[in-house]
Amino acid sequence: MNAYKNAARMLACAAALMVPLGAVHAQDRDITIAVSIPAATHGWTGGVVYHAEQAKAEVEAAFPNVEVVLSTASSASAQVSALEDLSATRDLDALVILPFTSEELTGPVEQVKANGTFITVVDRGLADPEIQDLYVAGDNIAVGANTARWLSEQLGGEGDIVVLRGIPTVIDDERIQGFTEVIEQTNINIMDIQYANWNQDQAFTLMQDYLAKYPHIDAVWANDDDMLLGVIEAVDQAGREDIRFALGGNGMRQVVEMVMEGNERTPISTPYPPSMIKSAIYMTAAQFSAQAPMRGSFLLDAPLITPQNADQFYYPDSPF
Amino acid sequence: MSSVTATNPFVDRVGQIRWADLAPFIALAVIIFIGTMINSNFMSSANLVNVITRSAFIAIIAVGATFVIVSGGLDLSVGSMMAFVTGIMIMAMNGLAPAYGNWAILMGAGVALVVGGLCGLFNGLIITVGRIEPFIVTLGTMGIFRAFITFMTDGGSLPIDRGLREAYRPVYFGNFLGIPYPVLITLVVVLVAAFLLYRTKYGRRLTAIGSNTDVARFSGVHVGKVRTMAYVIQGLCVAIAAICYVPRLGAATPTTGQLWELQVITAVVIGGTLLRGGKGRVWGTVAGALILEVIANVMVLSDMISEYLVAAVQGAIIIIAMLAHRFTRSR
Repeated sequence: MNAYKNAARMLACAAALMVPLGAVHAQDRDITIAVSIPAATHGWTGGVVYHAEQAKAEVEAAFPNVEVVLSTASSASAQVSALEDLSATRDLDALVILPFTSEELTGPVEQVKANGTFITVVDRGLADPEIQDLYVAGDNIAVGANTARWLSEQLGGEGDIVVLRGIPTVIDDERIQGFTEVIEQTNINIMDIQYANWNQDQAFTLMQDYLAKYPHIDAVWANDDDMLLGVIEAVDQAGREDIRFALGGNGMRQVVEMVMEGNERTPISTPYPPSMIKSAIYMTAAQFSAQAPMRGSFLLDAPLITPQNADQFYYPDSPF
Repeated sequence: MSSVTATNPFVDRVGQIRWADLAPFIALAVIIFIGTMINSNFMSSANLVNVITRSAFIAIIAVGATFVIVSGGLDLSVGSMMAFVTGIMIMAMNGLAPAYGNWAILMGAGVALVVGGLCGLFNGLIITVGRIEPFIVTLGTMGIFRAFITFMTDGGSLPIDRGLREAYRPVYFGNFLGIPYPVLITLVVVLVAAFLLYRTKYGRRLTAIGSNTDVARFSGVHVGKVRTMAYVIQGLCVAIAAICYVPRLGAATPTTGQLWELQVITAVVIGGTLLRGGKGRVWGTVAGALILEVIANVMVLSDMISEYLVAAVQGAIIIIAMLAHRFTRSR
């Protein structure tokens, strides 16, 4: 008796669940775009999640036939599992993915592609570029190089500087590479370079140590605006006046505000906007709904954010 | 139990110096000596004040962890809990600021202590009433607290009201007679903790439970209650650390306090507390926290080590310190 009751209950539940889902699919939204991104574990990925949610709402409002499915993952292996779940439960027309790591995600994305899904890769490229239909990314080398060029101009091509690195990854390596290649051609001396893991606390601590170690520092480059905030706090507390420039990168909200206000020590930033996920989702939606051809590579520039153009890079509601 | 009743923790009844208990302080002295050799700026007062002030967070939390570990327990959630308490405290302060002005800081600190105590109570009750391994319970709450702070900040940062920031800053950056406030707060916490652990009935019961739970239970100790209290003490210490932490950078982020639990446990163990429980060294814990912070500082001040290998050298120094400790003890 009980077994029958339970079975009936389960059937009723299943039916109740399936009706609305089926209805949505059948009625209007016949194009499914899955978006797979890292979970909001620090400032930049927090921005990615925020802009992806915005893009979902805007794209679904603009194109009534498109459904955007968001999925966040906290590690590379979790992202692989999420991909498997997404492609097993739905018929995906497109996949927009910001891969955790290049190597680990290449195989799984290739399998999704085998079902005829349009693949948009964002930020970190896969090991095999043949897989992607569309590639949207920022230019990490330019983030480092443009900052270095500006700094070298301001310092007149000479001086003593210190650098803070992020988490040991390709992104960090490329930024440092872009920066050091430009600096090597000048008389500027990079006195020290250490990891602070894109973490405000660790950047504060490391900057305190730099200040204790070097009695004179002309400029500091933090490679990320989150770290820059920790650096600035350490410099202010030590009351050091010798540091003419404290620069970051990424275009974080608080730092863009400083640029807008014409801060003398931090007059510029370099964008590496998490909103690039939005460009990718919009372009993918256009491929399907507007039949605007979108296959290819789209590389965002990293122009300097200055007081003149800062309002274009300012998102007051973004967490980043 | 003799260590509990001894009047001076470093000298036993016969009047002989306990070298094993002094080991963490000797290790600290050696590392400071090496630091002085490596870079003359190491001994500058600005650098020393920085390092000691900065180690206050880990030291305060580690004092609480000493209680938990003495009881034979473990708390992996402290780093996440600290971030969570920080977030709640900032939200409370920002909410109260328009109505109460600078009093909001004091009220926010009160909120932090209550929330910290409750978080500890939550851990403790699940462990003692639910009878689940502390490792698993606190691994679970570690994830819960971390997710809460990520949710509260939307993955970004949760800054304190600009008006309060200026009034609150001195709690980290200010000093009394040249001693920074976080250091004074650490001293008070350690003195209270040492009194509680070495001179009260509660401390003796806690140590007894850690060395042999069954014997303690048969001698009439209410094991569950005493153990739960240890987690509440841990929660309060986390809240005190949070109160010192917020004025430094003025914000909570999802990476606040990340991996601090490992530093805290390392500090406690370097300090001479047994990881299996039954023996606690509060002052040793503080030495342990200082050792970790000084090693990190010396690494940056030295030019000898590649930036890629810093973590390896840190790990090696900790292992060598523990081995030295073991050899002095076995004599």
